[in-house]
Amino acid sequence: MGARPLSPHLGIYRFMHTMSLSILHRFTGVALAAGLVVLAWWLLALAGGETAYGVALGWLGAWPVKLLLFALLCAFLYHLANGLRHLLWDLGLGLEKHEARRSAWVVVAAVVVAIGLFGYLLFCPAGPQP
Amino acid sequence: MSLRSPLGAVLGTGAARGAVHHWWVQRVSAVALVPLGLWLLISLLSLPLGDYVAVVNWVARGWNPVLLVLLIGAAAWHSRLGVQVVIEDYVHGAGLKTASLLLSAGAHLLVAALGIYAVLRIALRSIG
Repeated sequence: MGARPLSPHLGIYRFMHTMSLSILHRFTGVALAAGLVVLAWWLLALAGGETAYGVALGWLGAWPVKLLLFALLCAFLYHLANGLRHLLWDLGLGLEKHEARRSAWVVVAAVVVAIGLFGYLLFCPAGPQP
Repeated sequence: MSLRSPLGAVLGTGAARGAVHHWWVQRVSAVALVPLGLWLLISLLSLPLGDYVAVVNWVARGWNPVLLVLLIGAAAWHSRLGVQVVIEDYVHGAGLKTASLLLSAGAHLLVAALGIYAVLRIALRSIG
């Protein structure tokens, strides 16, 4: 294996910020695969009746799990935003280097705003606070 | 005549148009998941999740069970294809790679089947 010629791999390129978006896309994708398991488990508990659902809610409502679910929400928002960027590339749009670098920042900005918005909705209950 | 070996066809690996199909299905499922994912996110955020009856009624109401089944199907398919690429890139050794690919494919199928079964059970029970 070692003696065979290989195509250029990650280690040979100078680091660009667009690379971290690519890596994060994979990372969040794998995290969302785990999220699919959580969704199926939650639906199964719901189908299992009120007692089973209560047990599931007990797990999902615990603070460390809540944080993981929020991380999952962030992963979803990022994968969605960067996924749209990938779909535009597939249409042949925005493939120039300067365009790809700019759209990377657009994705980061959009995700930060979206996470802020959803975080506010989730952690600050509606209604006037004392 | 197909140039693909039977094993290659089963594993979803190898040459002879398998890659194009993989690429295309990943994009189709991605496009479907944009509205479906946003719909689920907004629904979950606006539901009183602690209220068992309200959540069951939501799952069973109108188009919701159909959309949930479509979402689970598209997400499992998309996820299977994505995880497959990650395994192909990072798991080395033919045996371990093949085992990981089979395990991932089987696990995705199982999760999709369980999720769809749960949705149908909730939706059909409220009809019957």
